[in-house]
Amino acid sequence: MHPYRRTLARYPQAAGGGLIDRRAFLGAGLLAGAAGVAAGAPAAAVGEQLPPSMLRPGAALSTYGIPSRYEASVQRLIKRPTVDVSPGTGSSRTPLHRLNGIITPSGLHFQRNHNGVPDINPAGHRLLVHGLVRRPLTFTVDALLRYPSISRICFIECGGNSDVNAANDEPQQVTVGAIHGLISCSEWSGVPLGVLLDEAGIAPDASWLLVEGADAAGMSRSIPLIHARDHAIVALYQNGERLRPEQGYPVRLLVPGWEGNINVKWLHRIKVTSGPMETRDETSHYTELRRDGKALQFDFIMPVKSVIVLPSAGLTMQGPGWYEISGLAWSGMGRVAKVEVSADGGRSWAEAALQAPVLPQCLTRFRLPWHWSGQPALLQSRAFDEHGNTQPTRSDWVSRFAADQEYHNNSIQGWGVTGGGEVLNVYT
Amino acid sequence: MCTPRWMIGGLLALALAGGAQAEAPKLGVPAGPALIKAWDISIAPDGSGLPPGRGTVAQGALLFQEKCAGCHGPAGVGGAADRLTGGVGSLASPHPIKTAASYWPFATTLFDYVRRAMPIPRPESLSNDEVYALCAYLLSVDHIVGANTTLDAVTLPKVRMPNRDGFVPLWPPHKAW
Repeated sequence: MHPYRRTLARYPQAAGGGLIDRRAFLGAGLLAGAAGVAAGAPAAAVGEQLPPSMLRPGAALSTYGIPSRYEASVQRLIKRPTVDVSPGTGSSRTPLHRLNGIITPSGLHFQRNHNGVPDINPAGHRLLVHGLVRRPLTFTVDALLRYPSISRICFIECGGNSDVNAANDEPQQVTVGAIHGLISCSEWSGVPLGVLLDEAGIAPDASWLLVEGADAAGMSRSIPLIHARDHAIVALYQNGERLRPEQGYPVRLLVPGWEGNINVKWLHRIKVTSGPMETRDETSHYTELRRDGKALQFDFIMPVKSVIVLPSAGLTMQGPGWYEISGLAWSGMGRVAKVEVSADGGRSWAEAALQAPVLPQCLTRFRLPWHWSGQPALLQSRAFDEHGNTQPTRSDWVSRFAADQEYHNNSIQGWGVTGGGEVLNVYT
Repeated sequence: MCTPRWMIGGLLALALAGGAQAEAPKLGVPAGPALIKAWDISIAPDGSGLPPGRGTVAQGALLFQEKCAGCHGPAGVGGAADRLTGGVGSLASPHPIKTAASYWPFATTLFDYVRRAMPIPRPESLSNDEVYALCAYLLSVDHIVGANTTLDAVTLPKVRMPNRDGFVPLWPPHKAW
């Protein structure tokens, strides 16, 4: 019997609110008869003739492909808080609800720039390694391209991601991309930083690195040497091609799982030091002020987190029936071990299916079949990583910090579904 | 000549045992002191890296009106860009005000950041004397330094910021809260 002809009662209920066991549709093709979640595009009328595209030649070959013109609305969401005085400062966010899988297209990878995107000719670019080293060295880009390289598929998440849900007392009715889109995931390729540091020869009293970009903000951060030497990559490629300008062309630092700001773009200088430099972006910013007036500093690792992207705020349900709940989970500490989903406001939880590959410090796609009855529902997800870390509720998370503290918000996202099918951002 | 299979295996093992260091092509070019001096714009909390020069509160007040107040507001408050002054003592209150004066733990960061990043349309355009003067003026607004202060490479690192002890470092990791 075709699986979709079975009645709802014959599916194993995994939790309240219509959540179905994650194994119910495995290997059956997914929910061919399921209702979709509208993203706004009206369907064109389909006639009874052959498709017109079969009746005449198509477009010519192209040298570099771009998305279909019908996907032109899939764009990053730009946020420039100080546009009048600093137009190059701000962020653009990945439209998570318009994407599937785990890889972010390079052109949709989020941006966080501090004074514009520099235009750097690689022929004139050099990376300087100096400070507490035996041999201060510069590396040209051509030289870096000759080193044995490695690749990592991993996320980069801005330390300020999910700020919208941290800084506003009332939930903002904006898309999941606008709230959580300061995370993206790519395959990055380049040279292990440790190889370059070893070539320069690290002095015995060295313990930190100062890492600086060649942008107009001279973006700089301090990184513990012991971690950078073993885990950081001097990245030259993103998703198979050379870095995009807004992602640090021609060279960026990649520190998998650590907050985005550490992954310095347009990398041009590494100073080996005996302590942190206490730069503006590790004191004034990217520190977490608690209610007692003390601030957490050097909180490098992005905590375990998840978010349902379908359905999510701003989308509209297409009537009661079958849906696939789909979302993203990640942890800067390692692999995602488990994601649980609730449709009844947290009274009961069902384990979602994790789609392979499940990689450390990488986005992991989760999915769970759901039969929406048409009644109001409250959807939430919570991820657990391989070390047992999980997510706090928003109220727990907010209670730890001073008003408006917006860094490292990994609290559980709630999406309310109204009886009319509207999906809303809800604080829980 | 035909290489025996055991020899290939042995050579491979030798190559692998050398690790990344042995396999790296070593294409770094020695960096001379002139390049390092020109590029190393970082100022450490102990003041190392601070250049020669000096500036007074009075000089900084004039410069601030000319080059900074348009974005940051008069006296560093009320502009479109980040607030720089005021809020000292507010961090544990229900409405903390984070400014350079109230929040930043080191005065050296002010020099480092202003020189490398400000003003936004022309970063690196200020002279070292101008940066010292702007630091002196900004710190004077909240009386962190006196009105007659001159800052230079010796005096700037000695300025004690109000929130010097306000940070809980989570690195090394065993210090986690």
